[in-house]
Amino acid sequence: MTPLLQVEGVAKFYGARVGCTDVSFDLYPGEVMGIVGESGSGKSTLLNCLAGHLTPDAGAVRFDTKTDGLRDTVTMREPERRMLGRTDWAFVHQHARDGLRMNVSAGGNVGERLMAVGARHYGSIRDTATDWLGRVEINADRIDDRPTAFSGGMQQRLQIARNLVTGPRLVFMDEPTGGLDVSVQARLLDLLRGLVREMGLSAIIVTHDLAVVRLLADRLMVMKDGHVVETGLTDQVLDDPQHAYTQLLVSSVLQV
Amino acid sequence: MTDYNFAYLDEQTKRMIRRAILKGLAIPGYQVPFASREMPMPYGWGTGGVQVSAAVLTPEDTFKVIDQGADDTTNAVSIRRFFEKTAGVAVTEATAEASVIQTRHRIPEETLREDQILVYQVPIPEPLRFLEPSEVETRKMHSLEEYGLMHVKLYEDISQHGAIATAYAYPVKVEGRYVMDPSPIPKFDNPKLEMAAIQLFGAGREQRIYAVPPYSKVVSLDFEDFPFEASKADHACDLCGATESYLDELIVDDDGGRLFMCSDTDYCQGRRAAGHVGAQGVPIKEDAA
Repeated sequence: MTPLLQVEGVAKFYGARVGCTDVSFDLYPGEVMGIVGESGSGKSTLLNCLAGHLTPDAGAVRFDTKTDGLRDTVTMREPERRMLGRTDWAFVHQHARDGLRMNVSAGGNVGERLMAVGARHYGSIRDTATDWLGRVEINADRIDDRPTAFSGGMQQRLQIARNLVTGPRLVFMDEPTGGLDVSVQARLLDLLRGLVREMGLSAIIVTHDLAVVRLLADRLMVMKDGHVVETGLTDQVLDDPQHAYTQLLVSSVLQV
Repeated sequence: MTDYNFAYLDEQTKRMIRRAILKGLAIPGYQVPFASREMPMPYGWGTGGVQVSAAVLTPEDTFKVIDQGADDTTNAVSIRRFFEKTAGVAVTEATAEASVIQTRHRIPEETLREDQILVYQVPIPEPLRFLEPSEVETRKMHSLEEYGLMHVKLYEDISQHGAIATAYAYPVKVEGRYVMDPSPIPKFDNPKLEMAAIQLFGAGREQRIYAVPPYSKVVSLDFEDFPFEASKADHACDLCGATESYLDELIVDDDGGRLFMCSDTDYCQGRRAAGHVGAQGVPIKEDAA
């Protein structure tokens, strides 16, 4: 079976400082991988390198494209990479306002990716948008409201709808539940888990919240100071941490 | 007159602008950056158009300026005087007699010919500006032909107003490649963009020049189920009775009395001189001027 995403020796430096270095892994279709670590450990740098937002200084990121099989997205031409970003990939930002157009209605936000890949029929764009708002539990009568009129949780759900509308195969998520209160977090996680399973999505989730990866991720990668210190199945890593940092991380979780 | 170089700008500047114009003509709809000069008028009054006109004018040209279709508004009169003074060219109000026409917000009603040049004054040349504030990003979108965002604007129109409510500066795609802002002309004028004359667009503050060569294919963007429609006030001109021209609506008294008249004053004048009379018009007198 070909991996959907093959990462080999990816490194990114900010001058003399290390962003992330020597990261390699394979992600198979339908798999959800979590990346955890403290602030500044290089999680987001890695995610941005994988999603094509940053150019890594070394290494290869191969994606299983629909037409040509595995292709290195780092050396790929920019139009092709941006096309992937609109079709096969999705990127969910931590702050919904980074991923949404705040001065465009909810329907327009969801429809943008459809129009970007050539949809030119208003009626069908609107039907798809309505359908997707329903799937992320936003009332259909809010379709013409702007995201500024939405609560934080709704904005995040809208961002997810906007990203998944073109049926991507790989979703990058950067702290998707950051900044939301726990009950909203729980609903969002529930929704995400449902969508990931239902659509057979692969996902890479960056977070510092261990509960999020426990719930969503099949596999886990622990990062510290730009290096991967431990990888394995989520339950295995969390229940039997081997590396000193992972042990610290797991024991730091507050018990209520 | 001798105090100025011909048409105000120095020859090096005019060469620089001509290079931008030629590049613009070679890549229809592409916004060519140019080193816009300070002109003796405020930004927003047509500094871009004036510089383009100065670069294309020759001493043999006949020059016409219109502002919202009218030859006799402040903007039109002062730009016309400016070139009368600095270039000494002949000026006219008759569309057919002019070889260079500088315009703000309208295309003349009369069909233009191959030996004419139409110069537009453009406030904001970037059609994607209000959707994507980053110039770096919009230039990338143009170069990679990513125009989905333009339809988001039209989508928003339909979802809010039930129809494409954009009535002016209606985005067009030129020669199947670049999406272009046709300057704030009413969308009624959009079909006329496919014409025999050369069309040049100058944006002074934004420092951009772009062009549409004669007979270029210019398509107004739309949706399959909401096609483009060139709209105008559903009325005939009250002065000359024209039903095919773009109309201005004037409030004429305090009781809501209104009058529709051609926005193209030369066209209206010509029709009235030929004996056409509208609902509120009076026949034109020979010696009245």
